[in-house]
Amino acid sequence: MKTKGKLFRAFGATSVAAVTAITMAATTNGGAASNGALAKGAPVTIGISLSLSGDFSADGLAYQQGYKLWAADVNRAGGLLGHPVKLDIVSDASSPTQVVTNYQKLISTDKVNLTFGPFSTLLTLPAAQTVNRYGYAMIEGAGGGPSVFQAGLKNVFDVTLPVAYDLQPFAKWLTSLPASTRPKTISYVTSNDPFTQPVVQEAQKLIGKSLKTVYNNVFPAEATDFTSIADAVAAAKAQVVVLGSVDVPTVSAFMQAFEQAHYTPKAFIATAGPDQGAAFIKAVGAKNADGMMVPNSWYGQSKNPQSMKMVAEYVKKYGGTAAGVNADIAEAYAVGQVMAQAVTATKGFDNAKIIKYLHSGVTLKSVQGSVKFNSLGMNTAQTAYTFQWQGSKFVEVNPVGDPGAVKILFPKPAWGN
Amino acid sequence: MNSSALIHAVIDGVLTGSVYALMATGLTLIFGVMDIINVAQGIFVILGAYLSYALSVHWGIDPFVGLAITIPTLFFVGIAVEKAFFGRLKGPEKTAMSILVTYAISLVIEGTLNMVFTVNYVQIQAWYVNKSFKLFGVWFPYIYVFGFIMAAIMLSGLYFLLYRTRFGASIRASLADQTAAALVGIDVRRVSTICFGIGIALTAPGGMIFGATNTFNASTSYDLISRLLTIIVLGGMGSLGGALLAGILMVTLEDIVGVIWSPVWSTLSFFLVLVIVLSVRPQGLFGKQSARVA
Repeated sequence: MKTKGKLFRAFGATSVAAVTAITMAATTNGGAASNGALAKGAPVTIGISLSLSGDFSADGLAYQQGYKLWAADVNRAGGLLGHPVKLDIVSDASSPTQVVTNYQKLISTDKVNLTFGPFSTLLTLPAAQTVNRYGYAMIEGAGGGPSVFQAGLKNVFDVTLPVAYDLQPFAKWLTSLPASTRPKTISYVTSNDPFTQPVVQEAQKLIGKSLKTVYNNVFPAEATDFTSIADAVAAAKAQVVVLGSVDVPTVSAFMQAFEQAHYTPKAFIATAGPDQGAAFIKAVGAKNADGMMVPNSWYGQSKNPQSMKMVAEYVKKYGGTAAGVNADIAEAYAVGQVMAQAVTATKGFDNAKIIKYLHSGVTLKSVQGSVKFNSLGMNTAQTAYTFQWQGSKFVEVNPVGDPGAVKILFPKPAWGN
Repeated sequence: MNSSALIHAVIDGVLTGSVYALMATGLTLIFGVMDIINVAQGIFVILGAYLSYALSVHWGIDPFVGLAITIPTLFFVGIAVEKAFFGRLKGPEKTAMSILVTYAISLVIEGTLNMVFTVNYVQIQAWYVNKSFKLFGVWFPYIYVFGFIMAAIMLSGLYFLLYRTRFGASIRASLADQTAAALVGIDVRRVSTICFGIGIALTAPGGMIFGATNTFNASTSYDLISRLLTIIVLGGMGSLGGALLAGILMVTLEDIVGVIWSPVWSTLSFFLVLVIVLSVRPQGLFGKQSARVA
């Protein structure tokens, strides 16, 4: 009984403290977003939560580089409306819980003026819901899963192509092949992540019965050992494999298991991983990467002048080659570009005005190409591409007939050749 | 269901499970002797993987040959860590405090590895990493077979140390009852220090195999430690045989369920078994409740 009494008292005290803290936070912040007034020359602070550790740490670091590259460029050009840009970046350790705490702190305690998105659909949804409560706009580049748009938020804007469309060019190419050369069988295997599952489901819908499905399974996002799953896929011996992956380790594990099982599909596409540039090559080896495909809306050798400038700056600062630049860099950089255009157009940092402007149907420019948001915050102006590693080059292969597309390497070469 | 996939699942489970058992053995040994729950074991495995990777990339040393360097290195790292942090941990709160201390150690090592190697994923490469051979119509990956043999040798060596040497008798006495061991003249403090060193040294071979079969960065340790802790809880905290059996059982069960039903159920099925076993035997498969109560 004594313990129970203590527990109740502790719970009561904690509740009172929590209510007081929340009330104070709401009062001091006014419960609303920054109205955009900034003293002359004062920095404009942008709050960002990134996965600098945990499962998404490689992507988180790339995003950090992209955001910093953009901020450096803007500051070199005199800042946003004359205010130097200051990034307030905190780590969420890839946790959907921590990302909520981070944005609450960034807005309530740090009093940032603007917010940029975290990495992944998994984290963007709770992050966008959180900043929405404070009336902030959330411009992001990695939260393209349907769950983000289905939440009905008016403050979220994804500068990248919605992921559900990612595999359209691949599916179209596959089903348009003449019957004599078209593969007969296909395997679908995906993580139950909110980013990957919709992509693979959409591909299944588009490919339909053009190819016979011989394996179709979902594995838990928290899986760490993929050997038996990959062996099961290999045992099905499909000519095409569609893998719903969120990172390099997943793709790498499947590639290794396929090679060990002496199984080479004619076409192998993964939703993420091969787009990580040099990081992917370093993990799997250039020879094994040959023929691996990935959907995306940007690549390092893009002829977009803004992209070429950004890539040159990136290579100068971090080294490497254009082909090795991670697509995350461009996504993050594009987030900054879109925010800069919105701030310039609304002549301030008022989040309500920024949200209204971005919903106005205006077409903006970015390193990834055009950006135009629909009512859900999806970018409807971009095109989906399929990229493929050919030797040490990362090239566009789809849509077929696109000026930048080269001939697809099909069938995929054997592993290690 | 494809029968060859099922055979593969069983083979994969036994081969990879033995390596997890090796990694978990160090963890359970440390707990058994010192009452320390070493949540840094996962990051030590990754440290072992990075050491093998560095030796392979920078000096061209084969990962298995490199174990001659990485095992002693991690042994002495373990000794240093034990002397620096755990000598002062005493009293009834020791086990709870050890979680905080080892978590802090884990964060420091993770941060250091991120600075040295960056967060980009890497994988240990050697001629046998992606190759396999066929036996009775089944492909056996060399790396898993080599890993299984190595785990068997390491665990046999550990068994020999524990059951055929005087020092092993001291360890077993400390495992059973530290107070009684001290009363009969065993230097429990010294035994603890060396056991911690051995526990950490075992992460070197485990880490090498893990790094050759998975791409990894420092953050991969979070996935590992949850698995390793689950294995030693199922096997029985402090039980070496339990860790071995639970490691193989866990991975094999996961793999079979993944093939027979769906990979979605594989992790759940393992935890279901864990809950059932713990509800019948709270001390795990081979844990000795009385020893821990003392």
